[in-house]
Amino acid sequence: MKLLNEHDRESCRNVWIISEFLPDGELHAVSFELLGAARTLAEELGCEVWAAALGRDVSKAAPQLISRGADKVIAVEDGRLEYFNDEFECNILERLVCKYRPEILLGAATSRGRALIPRLAGKLYCGLTADCTGLSIDKETGVLLQTRPAFGGNIMATIQSGGFRPQMATVRPKVMKALEADPIRTGEIIYEAVTEKDGEKIKEIIKAVTEAQSNVNLSDANIIVSGGRAVKGPEGFRLLEELASRLGGAVGASRAAVDSGWIAYPHQVGQTGQTVQADLYIACGISGQIQHLIGMQSCKTIVAIDKDDSTPMMQMADIAIKGDLFEIIPKIIEELDKNGINKGGNKQ
Amino acid sequence: MKIAVCVKQVPAAGDAKINPETKRIIREGGKAVVNPFDLYAIEEAVRIKERTGGEVIALSMGPEKAKAALTEALSMGVDRAVLLSDRAFGGSDTWATSYALAKAIEKIGGVDLILCGKQAVDGDTAQVGAGIAAKLDIMQAANVWRIEEIGADTVTVKRINERGWDVVRLAYPALLTVVKDINIPRIPKLRDARAARRAEIPVWKPEDIGADPDKIGLKSSPTQVVKTAPPAARGAETLKIDGSSEEAANVFVSELIRRKLV
Ligand SMILES: Cc1cc2nc3c(=O)[nH]c(=O)nc-3n(C[C@H](O)[C@H](O)[C@H](O)COP(=O)(O)OP(=O)(O)OC[C@H]3O[C@@H](n4cnc5c(N)ncnc54)[C@H](O)[C@@H]3O)c2cc1C
Repeated sequence: MKLLNEHDRESCRNVWIISEFLPDGELHAVSFELLGAARTLAEELGCEVWAAALGRDVSKAAPQLISRGADKVIAVEDGRLEYFNDEFECNILERLVCKYRPEILLGAATSRGRALIPRLAGKLYCGLTADCTGLSIDKETGVLLQTRPAFGGNIMATIQSGGFRPQMATVRPKVMKALEADPIRTGEIIYEAVTEKDGEKIKEIIKAVTEAQSNVNLSDANIIVSGGRAVKGPEGFRLLEELASRLGGAVGASRAAVDSGWIAYPHQVGQTGQTVQADLYIACGISGQIQHLIGMQSCKTIVAIDKDDSTPMMQMADIAIKGDLFEIIPKIIEELDKNGINKGGNKQ
Repeated sequence: MKIAVCVKQVPAAGDAKINPETKRIIREGGKAVVNPFDLYAIEEAVRIKERTGGEVIALSMGPEKAKAALTEALSMGVDRAVLLSDRAFGGSDTWATSYALAKAIEKIGGVDLILCGKQAVDGDTAQVGAGIAAKLDIMQAANVWRIEEIGADTVTVKRINERGWDVVRLAYPALLTVVKDINIPRIPKLRDARAARRAEIPVWKPEDIGADPDKIGLKSSPTQVVKTAPPAARGAETLKIDGSSEEAANVFVSELIRRKLV
């Protein structure tokens, strides 16, 4: 089974996106960003944008996907699709890709997408570029050019896989531009049933838990207040949480703080933690060793608070505040209060 | 229990230096180390073996010098190691790499569990683990944070995601990719490190694993690098704020408002 042989490449058409959902079944914003990127590519190629939507019930999502740029929605509904199951979703997508033969397939570079899409590429024998930050069509060859950071963001590499179909990429959340919802936009919804074979050799999902605490979700946060070794303990992080809550942001940490046991691992930013892409990153007492910088250098505005103004973080920062974080942060909170700024936690 | 653990040698991160013009990291080539996430995979594999008995085999693809990474794995308690090394493997992308590793795992035979790090820190793709699982057509779980139960027929694990976690049960053979927090890798004892240095590490070539020559190496890799460029500069000017805490906080918050960041 190989659809991607040279001889039938020409028969592959259209740009697909794999929709991403939130635990409550609503569409994740990255789905709209993928559609925005897909529309630009489709216009260039003169083809359609299709969105695959896999879930328990996608009746609400399907028209939303159309209003945001999909020409067709492939809707697959099954109770087992409520929670992420790599094998099950891969089996379904592999079958649908072989049936409808897209030229390009885009997924989200989320924990789900980064597990599912490489499995799919592995099965289909086609190229996949992870975590793309730029996508375009080569004017001469019509091939998809995929740009991504490599070596911790020190190099931007442009990659193509034009000899194989579909050309696949995962795209980081918050990088591409979504289109405004257009309620009068029309499109077609194609319902596809799950087959018995799709459900073979799939894992069992025993339990799925969404954290009640809203300040852990670093990947979607627009603002992150992050603390390092200088925060000195869990009490120090409470101060950072207070600032984060005023700003409507999440709390991040350096590895030094996580390894000291002051805050849980899902908060860790950096090479062995998470890569974040916030609009505003406030580093409090984080010196900025390379493993940390790698994880946050793509944030739009970087603020550093440190006693020592010669640290790499203070040098990289757009705003560098010299001083003791335990004195400055309470004053910042007071100042925000004076200006009536209180977003009260990270609303998702 | 027979466990294979995949190990990659990567350049160490080096010291952080910032280019004052572009506000970007100046990269210096560090020495070669075991991919940090793989250390957790090695440790977890050895811990499982210590509980259930069996064998752990470390597997790497790379140049001859990648034997150093396997030696480190051996010093941590891995029973034996295999290096896939040949010019024909050179330039393999994640697809071709996972194909070769999957072939080697088939050749090892009877493997119940395959452990990988969450991703390699040079490429950061996280694609090889899932690629191996795809080629072997076995169950996979990425971002494994805890192994809850090693059963006779299944393994139960906790995976983390952006919003929380889930618990899933996979039938053997299964592939897991692990995150940093799963354990604290041991520091090898001197005696074990010495023994590891003496251990023989066989080198397998494409023909040893029955790899299709049209599926390995640069020319068979679906992805090709077209060009590389330095990343765009981050704004050059740093606004420096000091003075008393009150003043600093006042200037800072006005700046946040002016820049429409709050
Ligand atoms: C393989 C590997 C992977 C790694 N992965 C990561 C990773 O993913 N993420 C990560 O963060 N690190 C990672 N590290 C660790 C990294 O190298 C650094 O050790 C770590 O980031 C340092 O944390 P820090 O900046 O909080 O601490 P420090 O480097 O100790 O910096 C503390 C800073 O606080 C300042 N300070 C002290 N007191 C105050 C005060 N009262 N007010 C204001 N400022 C103050 C100091 O001047 C200093 O600049 C990794 C390391 C290795 C080897």
